[in-house]
Amino acid sequence: MEYVVMAAKAVVVFALVSGSMPFIVWAERKVMADAQARIGPNRVGPFGILQSFADALKLIFKEDVVPTGIDKRIFYLAPILSIIPALITFAVVPYGGPDLKLFGYPVGYVADLKDVGILYVFAVTTLGVYGIVLAGWASNNKYSLMGALRSSAQMISYEILLGLSIMGVVIGSGSLSLVEIVQAQATPYFGVIPGIWLFAQPLGFLIFLIASLAEANRVPFDLPEAESELVAGFHTEYSSFKFAMFFMAEYINLLTLSGVITTLFLGGWLGPGVDRFPILGVLYFSVKTVALVYFFIWLRATLPRLRYDQLMRFAWKVMLPAALINIFITAYWVAR
Amino acid sequence: MATETKQTSEPDGVLRLGGPGLAAEPTGDIHEIETDHLEVSMGPQHPSTHGVLRLKVKLDGEWVTEVQPEIGYLHRGVEKIAENRTYFQFLTITDRLDYVAAMACNAAYAVAVEKLAGLTVPPRAELCRVIVQELDRIASHLVSVGTYGLDLGATSPFIYAFRDRETILDLLEMVCGARLTYSYIRVGGVARDLPEGEWRTRFRQFLDEFPPMLDEQDTLLSENEIFLLRTRGVGVLPPEVAVNYGTSGPVLRGSGVAYDVRRSKPYGLYPQLDFNVVTRPTGDCLARYQVRVEEMRQSVKILRQCDQLLDEIPPGEVLAKGARGVKPAAGEAYASVESPRGEMGVYLISDGSNKPYRLKWRSPSFVNLSVLSAIGRGWKVADLVAIIGSIDPVFGDVDR
Repeated sequence: MEYVVMAAKAVVVFALVSGSMPFIVWAERKVMADAQARIGPNRVGPFGILQSFADALKLIFKEDVVPTGIDKRIFYLAPILSIIPALITFAVVPYGGPDLKLFGYPVGYVADLKDVGILYVFAVTTLGVYGIVLAGWASNNKYSLMGALRSSAQMISYEILLGLSIMGVVIGSGSLSLVEIVQAQATPYFGVIPGIWLFAQPLGFLIFLIASLAEANRVPFDLPEAESELVAGFHTEYSSFKFAMFFMAEYINLLTLSGVITTLFLGGWLGPGVDRFPILGVLYFSVKTVALVYFFIWLRATLPRLRYDQLMRFAWKVMLPAALINIFITAYWVAR
Repeated sequence: MATETKQTSEPDGVLRLGGPGLAAEPTGDIHEIETDHLEVSMGPQHPSTHGVLRLKVKLDGEWVTEVQPEIGYLHRGVEKIAENRTYFQFLTITDRLDYVAAMACNAAYAVAVEKLAGLTVPPRAELCRVIVQELDRIASHLVSVGTYGLDLGATSPFIYAFRDRETILDLLEMVCGARLTYSYIRVGGVARDLPEGEWRTRFRQFLDEFPPMLDEQDTLLSENEIFLLRTRGVGVLPPEVAVNYGTSGPVLRGSGVAYDVRRSKPYGLYPQLDFNVVTRPTGDCLARYQVRVEEMRQSVKILRQCDQLLDEIPPGEVLAKGARGVKPAAGEAYASVESPRGEMGVYLISDGSNKPYRLKWRSPSFVNLSVLSAIGRGWKVADLVAIIGSIDPVFGDVDR
């Protein structure tokens, strides 16, 4: 029975995560339009909300162009390799507390990996870089190759920062489990300030936020697909649904990283009244995550793109020392 | 930050410029590894080249070691067409040269024919010419500045720029019925007088509303740390090189040379008008961007004076007598105007018939683009995009 519940949860979460992707794309277009004194999509469905579905349909019916001189197996494999990690990361992100039960089974999360938790998130998101590198390699295109090289260098650099910036949270919570990290944020500071890690770990939060932008290839770190230099970067040669898979992976990554930030720094499902009505937790989690997604879209409407070497210098010379200092301070505080 | 510009003298004795990448000389053991140079063809269908420019680029990793522009994809033989049209007929073709600022093309051609034929333009027509040229200059610089943001990944300034440009295009449409290919400035004057009433109200409204909108849009770019990182000290063009290559317009003035045809070889009504020739001393991409933004403010200043002059110069004749069938005596003439991209000149030879014997178009975009292979070396690929954008070539004008 336990496995049936597990499978059901997995299917529901999978459907919700991948199903929310068209709405994120729509939201991005609407928010960008709002920031730019435009109207945005408004023809397909009410407020143009079905625009993304129309676009997806169009992409599926497009001719699937396969260039000559490519490594066929890898060329086909790459988009799959990039979308799977994006989808399975959400498995450990708790959207509701352990008290959220349905027929006696906890349904607040798909799985609570007590020993690995956050490590699973990093392990899986790291796999996403394979899709990009292999796509660039297999495409037999110079722009794709350069995009892939940039992307791999960028993602590896920023993954180190992702890992280091949460060390403070892990030390403070004393656990790698995402559920326990959220529970550690339940006690308010001085009885009034919400006990979320955002207030205790502002530097860690900032570094994690910036590194997430780089990890999700968002502005101002969207170099791998900088269209003014590299046409479309690693997915230049991809068309039809294979392109749609890269596109989906990118937006699902955005959602997943927002979910992870919510869990680590913003108190996940926690909020007023969640002890008595655990179902409220899902609402709190969603609101926080959507707010972060909005923030990422807002950045895209505002900022230009960094240059490749500036991005790397920023990672290694500014963010890395800052992350290390953060760890030292936290460790000293805890050991005191 | 890499701000240093290297100058190297190669065996052929030609002075070569370049960015910090040229410093990557073999110095240590790691450099003794033989690496392949990647040859990339950027364009002619490439999102950042503003048209049909093809660049043959040699890359050493991310460094550009050589860049060679290839042009001609939009060549239409405009200069030859001129030999088969009457002086009056050819004007519509000039719209298709610098299609972002067609008024300047009209003006350059008209001024040259008038000089050759000795036509005198009525004062009211001169005023109309200044107004439409300055409006068009603002529209053209808005395109340039907006797409420059787009090149560097900032999408919003582009939309803001095009929103304001739309107002100008509406105004120009009310003047001559066209939004891009105006053919409004004719040989000997202008097609018709500026409309009264609603046009005048909207014109004044634009003059009031535009400066704050421009400030807002400029803030998004020039006060953004990332934009400054991408443009400050990048693609430095020293003044002597700028002069030697014959550049003009914002590219030249960005290097600190105060050369503006409106001041240096005055034409039309410009000697009576008060405006500053905008220069910046640094010669980098940021300087060229700032010159364009500041020139828009100067254009507004000119337009405000014109708004007063509209009441002082009474409406009347706007086309010189005998302009339609103009038949200049045998001879030659060169005249130029300050287009948004620089000195746009027309050299005409007449054999006494009603068609030009020869027409040569000095297009500022073409001359400015030639500097790219000199200043594009030694920078990153991403910088190359920033440099092309700051030169702002229009390919109708480059290829002719």
